[in-house]
Amino acid sequence: MRLLKLVPDNTNLKFLKWRMPFYVVSIILIALSWGLVITKGLNYGVDFAGGLEIRASFAEGEPAPVAELRERVAQLGYGEPVVQQFGAENQVSIRVRLPAEAEGDNEAAQRIANDIVSEISSNHEDFQLDGNDNVSGKVSGEFWNTAIWALVAAMVAISIYIWVRFEWQFGVGALFALFHDVSLTLGLFALFQLEFSLQIVAAILAIIGYSLNDTIVVYDRIRENLKKYRKMAMPELLDLSVNETLARTVMTSLTLFVALIPLVLFGPESLFGLSAAITFGLFVGTYSSVYMAAPILIWLGVTSNSFVPDESATDKQDRLARGEV
Amino acid sequence: MLEFPTWKKVWLWGITLAAIVAALPSLFNIANVRWPDSLPDPQVNLGLDLAGGSHILLEADTSQVASQRLQNMEDAVRSALRSAEPRIRVGDVSTRDGRLSFMVESPADVDRAREEILPLVNGSGLVREWNLEVVDQTRFVLTPTSAGSETALNSAMDSARDIIDRRVNSLGTREPTIIRQGENRIVVQVPGLDDPDEVKELVGKTAKLEFKLVDPEFQQDLPNETAGEVTKVGTQVVPYAKGTPQEGFSVVVRRLGGIQGDSLIDAKAGNDPQDNSPVVNITFDAQGGSRFAKLSAENVNRRFAIILDGEVISAPNFNEPIYGGQAQISGNFTTESAIALAIQLQSGALPVDLEIVEERTVGPDLGADSIKKGLIAIMIGLFAVIALMIATYGRFGLYATYALILNVGMLFGIMAIGNTTLTLPGLAGFVITIGAAVDANVLINERIAEERRRGRRVVAAVETGYKEASRAIYDANVTNFIAGVLLFLFGSGPVRGFAVVLIIGLFTSVFTAVTLTRMWVAGWLRKARPNELVI
Repeated sequence: MRLLKLVPDNTNLKFLKWRMPFYVVSIILIALSWGLVITKGLNYGVDFAGGLEIRASFAEGEPAPVAELRERVAQLGYGEPVVQQFGAENQVSIRVRLPAEAEGDNEAAQRIANDIVSEISSNHEDFQLDGNDNVSGKVSGEFWNTAIWALVAAMVAISIYIWVRFEWQFGVGALFALFHDVSLTLGLFALFQLEFSLQIVAAILAIIGYSLNDTIVVYDRIRENLKKYRKMAMPELLDLSVNETLARTVMTSLTLFVALIPLVLFGPESLFGLSAAITFGLFVGTYSSVYMAAPILIWLGVTSNSFVPDESATDKQDRLARGEV
Repeated sequence: MLEFPTWKKVWLWGITLAAIVAALPSLFNIANVRWPDSLPDPQVNLGLDLAGGSHILLEADTSQVASQRLQNMEDAVRSALRSAEPRIRVGDVSTRDGRLSFMVESPADVDRAREEILPLVNGSGLVREWNLEVVDQTRFVLTPTSAGSETALNSAMDSARDIIDRRVNSLGTREPTIIRQGENRIVVQVPGLDDPDEVKELVGKTAKLEFKLVDPEFQQDLPNETAGEVTKVGTQVVPYAKGTPQEGFSVVVRRLGGIQGDSLIDAKAGNDPQDNSPVVNITFDAQGGSRFAKLSAENVNRRFAIILDGEVISAPNFNEPIYGGQAQISGNFTTESAIALAIQLQSGALPVDLEIVEERTVGPDLGADSIKKGLIAIMIGLFAVIALMIATYGRFGLYATYALILNVGMLFGIMAIGNTTLTLPGLAGFVITIGAAVDANVLINERIAEERRRGRRVVAAVETGYKEASRAIYDANVTNFIAGVLLFLFGSGPVRGFAVVLIIGLFTSVFTAVTLTRMWVAGWLRKARPNELVI
């Protein structure tokens, strides 16, 4: 009846043997991601940069004339526009910063939007306006603040929860794994200059919440084994725990990917960034639960005594009274 | 663990079916089938990003409310002291630093002045709205209290909301949402709109209409540059509106003694009988009508200015006294702008200027396309997960599949009961829920298999599997929940819709993937009494 067995029983892969090289690679990747975020910068959409964004589509099956649109909108004199394909090849988003004097002027933004639309539609019969966003600098600044706040709060709150449920070392391990997942996702967005919007922040929050699912499974097993095999050396015990839960790690991640990948491929264009971010973040999250979150416990000094409660004074008296050592 | 008495089964099935039945009206709606009117009708709303429409965030200038309040107080104080018997003369009036201060010319009048002012200061409510001090014997200083300023802003925002509500509703679009947000913001959401500009035109204008006498000394329009030099007491300089023939010129009007637009009872767009140009016909209420008659009768052959939002639309002559309380505003109107102005005047002027700080519009076609593509992606994902689960876990994968399908139904049903909004990111929330819900089954099934390998008998292995896996399931769901709550707090509109799906999905997932499958597995064990498990 069972057709598929992706992970054989009783695997004995030496994950921990390779922990140093993998740590070096991970730290290099994290550093590279932040390097990209700092040097190339994130491609902020209007949510965070403020300004006007017009989304439009052209006749199906033909690529939208991006270069021509850029030129056309630029010669209207509202600064250098950002024109990008998004989703299908016939769909574009056009972003312009509003001039300072248009800030707070209800009609100026409207006028500029109408200008752009009429300039394009008079030259392209197939032009169709799909929507537009107009975000003032004030609101985009607020979005930025709440986004940072929410990301930090989510990482800290979840790490504290792990600390409370396990031990502080596990909390630090979780925080480190989350930092890894978030950094690499940001790096991906900087590398490909994908539009960074509120939706992407939402995706990263979801990554923070869901990428720990398999870390928790591994941690749960480590705790169980620490109580069971009091004499086993830590690297060996971690290897055992990772191997024992390997089928779970693979399956739980796989179910998420087979659900998410159709959304990336066939879902609405305007969800592409969000679903791509989550898929990528959970992918690196699977790796980090095995190679970041578990080995770090060795360095942080988790031992087989971590889950044995300290002996209380009365217990000690009882023990001595019974004549035990 | 595996004991399921009948009453428990009834409860579990009852909850499941109730939630799924609640999803039906929304599904009927999506499929365009009529749901019987006589039955309860919980609905999942579609967010603007799926239904198409406009979202507009308006922000009031709080300092304007404060300065308007100061101005009103100055006018009230002046008129109270002027009408005192005998008149109390004041000088050196200033409204600098957010305070109103003035000097009573004769020290003997200080007590009388205080008596006149006290009723104005205390306001009508329970809170004291102003602090009154007398310094240097004759100088009165009125400082607004913070409670008073707060009340003023709050009531200004409430009435602004009501006015925006009237304006948007006059468009006759279906189910607009107009709610206050924070202390000085209003959110306007109008689904399924053909012309979003129309709404912006309506909500973005204050529409404060005033009729003021042109100062007799300055009957001629002045260029803006020289008009700035006029500093005659009791007058103000008002520029012509953009697009009027006199743009670039200003009019000097008397500050007080005019008529405000709030004494209108009707405003209608129409056409001028002579040249057929668009105009707005207004009708004053009884009091406003008689004041207008009096004003016109006393000022025949003098000019008056029609001022909208601080700009002159036109400044015609009173050729004769105007009785009957009707007037016609002509300016540089188009038919659309005349209709918009009429609606604005009818719903009243906003007590405070509102600025559009965020605006998002989605075309209806795009929304429909998103729903279609989203549903296709969800279905493919669902089938892929089901195939993977059944292939890997056999019978136990089948239980997980039943649970997953009921999960999706319950999630939708509970969203309908809570009258929540499904947004575009909410579709992704469904996908994540589908992918993550079976995680619980994976953990349970793997644990059962592990216990079997360790030599536990079937029933004991299943019991231990459910028990031991539940710890990690619980912890994982709590971390998911923490992220969901922060998503909800962080997000507005679409992102919030994402958080709602994820959070409800956590609860339905645990219920279906853990509780329901346990009931089914227990039933099967009891009936089949297997000695071996294929898992």
